[in-house]
Amino acid sequence: MNKSFTRKPRWRALARQALKTFPVVSRRVLVLWLVFAMAGSMVARATYLQLVHNDFLQEQGNERFLRVVEVPAHRGMILDRNGEPLAVSSPVDSIWAEPSELLRQRERWPSLAAALKLPLSELEEKLAGRDDSKFAYLRRHLAPNLAQQVLKLKIPGVHAKREYRRYYPDAEVTSHLLGFTDIDDAGQEGLEKAFDPQLKGIPGRKRVIQDRMARIVEDVENVQAPQPGKPVVLSIDRRLQYLAYRALKTAVAENKASAGAAVIVDARTGEVLAMVSQPAGNPNNRAELHSELLRNRAITDVYEPGSTVKPFTAALGLESGKWSPGTRVSTSPMMIGRYSVRDTHNYGVLDVTRIISKSSNVGVSKIALSMPAQKLWQLYQDLGFGSQTKAAAWDGEQSGVLRHFSKWGEIGHATHSFGYGFSVTILQLAEAYTVLAADGMRRPLTLRKREGPLGPDEQERVLNASAVRQVRAMMEQVISERGTGLKADVPGYRVAGKTGTARKISGGRYISNRHVALFAGLVPASDPRLVMTVLIDDPKGGAYYGGTVAAPVFSKTMGAVLRIMNITPDDMPSMKIAGTVQPVGALP
Amino acid sequence: MDRISAGRLLKWIRFDPWLVLGLLAVSGIGLVVLYSAGQRSLDLVIGQSIRLGLGFAILLTLAQIPPHYFRFWSPWIYLVGILLLLAVMVAGDVSKGARRWLDLGVLRFQPSEIMKLAVPMMMAWFFANKPLPPRLSHLLAGAFITALPFILIAQQPDLGTGLVVGFAGGIALFLAGLSWIVMFILAGLLATVIPLFWTFVMHDYQRQRVLTFLNPESDPLGTGYHIIQSKIAIGSGGIYGKGWLNGTQSHLDFLPEGSTDFIFAAFSEEFGLVGGCVLLVLYFFIIARCLYMATRGADTYGRLLSGSLTLIFFLYAFVNSGMVSGLLPVVGLPLPLFSYGGTSLVTIMAGFGMLMSVYSHRRTPTR
Repeated sequence: MNKSFTRKPRWRALARQALKTFPVVSRRVLVLWLVFAMAGSMVARATYLQLVHNDFLQEQGNERFLRVVEVPAHRGMILDRNGEPLAVSSPVDSIWAEPSELLRQRERWPSLAAALKLPLSELEEKLAGRDDSKFAYLRRHLAPNLAQQVLKLKIPGVHAKREYRRYYPDAEVTSHLLGFTDIDDAGQEGLEKAFDPQLKGIPGRKRVIQDRMARIVEDVENVQAPQPGKPVVLSIDRRLQYLAYRALKTAVAENKASAGAAVIVDARTGEVLAMVSQPAGNPNNRAELHSELLRNRAITDVYEPGSTVKPFTAALGLESGKWSPGTRVSTSPMMIGRYSVRDTHNYGVLDVTRIISKSSNVGVSKIALSMPAQKLWQLYQDLGFGSQTKAAAWDGEQSGVLRHFSKWGEIGHATHSFGYGFSVTILQLAEAYTVLAADGMRRPLTLRKREGPLGPDEQERVLNASAVRQVRAMMEQVISERGTGLKADVPGYRVAGKTGTARKISGGRYISNRHVALFAGLVPASDPRLVMTVLIDDPKGGAYYGGTVAAPVFSKTMGAVLRIMNITPDDMPSMKIAGTVQPVGALP
Repeated sequence: MDRISAGRLLKWIRFDPWLVLGLLAVSGIGLVVLYSAGQRSLDLVIGQSIRLGLGFAILLTLAQIPPHYFRFWSPWIYLVGILLLLAVMVAGDVSKGARRWLDLGVLRFQPSEIMKLAVPMMMAWFFANKPLPPRLSHLLAGAFITALPFILIAQQPDLGTGLVVGFAGGIALFLAGLSWIVMFILAGLLATVIPLFWTFVMHDYQRQRVLTFLNPESDPLGTGYHIIQSKIAIGSGGIYGKGWLNGTQSHLDFLPEGSTDFIFAAFSEEFGLVGGCVLLVLYFFIIARCLYMATRGADTYGRLLSGSLTLIFFLYAFVNSGMVSGLLPVVGLPLPLFSYGGTSLVTIMAGFGMLMSVYSHRRTPTR
């Protein structure tokens, strides 16, 4: 034992002394001490971690798995005026997988693909080469019952995530109007965005246990329950929307037009009953969500209204007392400064009624020029031209351009009277025509259903009632053999309307061969209930007059709409004639 | 013949009831913990039970063989082990960047595992007939016997197993009577060798492990991840633990290798300081019993072999629990009898088998 200490006696003595004092007598005892010491250090370490550091490490542990996550709130429905759903958020499940896990179980892929309703090759494509990946969507937005079937297979590494998906039952028919939501179900365009504050709920929060892959293992508690969004009831009538859409789509296709739009307004309440636009895409298919297809041309595109505003000039003339329906005036071409104002034909001397029915630019110019320019400007202002309608808080709604009368000049004064030199949307035009339908009262448009009739303080007088009635009678002459709008005729009903054809402007100049065809009308003319404006943009099928291209949309739509709304016909004699003519086919 | 009672059979079979009891207790707890740490996988528990059964069978078989057979076969086993290690160098399978495995067609195994037993056997064989304390020349020969397999294994690279083998040889040298003064010299030598070892022998990943051990928080998403998660698991267990199947770190997959190398952390999280202490006491009991048995060996060979094997077991337990709790760097050593996995379990059981043989044949010298 002590033989190693041979060299220096002093060391040896010291060592002996040490061995006497310490109980380290043999190697086996030393080993035992060593074991003791190490075991002791382990106990000390464990005590340090579990007793002294416990709180800190406990918190560290909790931080790793306790999370507060957001619970999506159900987005409110958008309903039409009869309670029919136009936009619905339905719960869906997105199936996702950990490719690294799934790649080890190829034998289960065929059954998985079948449950996902995917071809096996597509599943393989989604997972190919993703050995290191921990997340891949296999199928998004699957119906919950189908997702359940996938989960029932109990394939490790396959999970579901609850989401809400916005669904539009009427697809393209309402797409421009409603807009769409993003992947998180927040309104991005159209009414979805305009009414987003009401529609969107308040997401709730819950505390959950998550594992390392951030998978939710267990719900611990609800911190705050989600508050679902409120439904929004629109003024839109789904049936009218459909009828208008169908007629518009047909007209756009037949006339090879680049676009089109139409608006129907309830003349008594200012409620917008239909608003359609072309071209369109299916909002339920995200691949078709691009701006060109989603543009709501009834509010985003402005046009010179052309002849459609002539009745307002006529009404202003009648109101001034200087003109009556029978006042005759020459409509031969006239010069204003260096500009000439002319009609398509020289009609010679016409009375005011014929000026409207023949749509004479010269005639209305003379009426307008008999009054100060401010009168016309004030009327246009009162009708809402140059400012946005209050129908909805749209982002993209255009206000059009209406310059101050001081900048018009004499020729500008004349052109404004027949619809040139300023621009409007057809929604603005519909609002203006509502004034004609409502005996001169302006009733602001709305896209939300009105509860009860309009109060007196909710409407304002813009034009004299008798002047408006006289103008309406003139507008009825438009829909006749002698007028420009015969094709807007609705059998059994008296229709008052006005056609319009404006040249398109490109690069600040009028283009002679590209047009915008317009029609605006009200029905029944004896007691107007409905106003409809129709726009056909750039028809290339040969015909381009408002009376030939846009008026038939009015006729087709209203023929069915009046029957659906059970509005009493006011033109029974013409009904008998109509019986021998082609009846309007029943529309679904 | 059919009158042979269970009691007589037990008397006939040579085994140490205390040690077997200790081993059964630890491995029994191990199975319970494994069920929880392995995400309630019965497959894992059944697999481990089969391995344990196999281990105990080997243990009991070896316990019946008189130690002089081991002594006779020691040099041959060592020689075969060295040859296999050389074969690995030439024709081993590479997996995860290390050439450790030998594929014999029928079975695939790590020859380094054999050396954990072969080195203490060889050392005991070598020093058994030498005068004690040994002369310097004998010590040098012993050092060579240890160094050769250590180098072969460390270059695979498998530092963990290499250190176990080196430790086995070193402990045998120590028990054989290495003089204190030589030990001091060796300690000094070690102090100079370690820096050289650091720069020339160790691989980058091994250096990284040591560095992150010294400061795990320096790389919480990379190499320090294991230690941080493991410390959180142990620490958040507190005094009494979170309860069986309630460990969050292990069940939510934060704790890496929770059923193998880091099972002690999963255990501590669920059973706390109390559970940890109970387990340490059980390990301590096994080691103490083994040490006692080792001192009762009939001759030098038996005592040296038993002592070395005991201390190897101790090394495993201490290094693993030390690494999991952040006391020692992360070297891939399992917690014996506890961690899921086969090869090292069989080796450990075989070691206990030889130990028991030495003890139960204490009245029959090996020569």
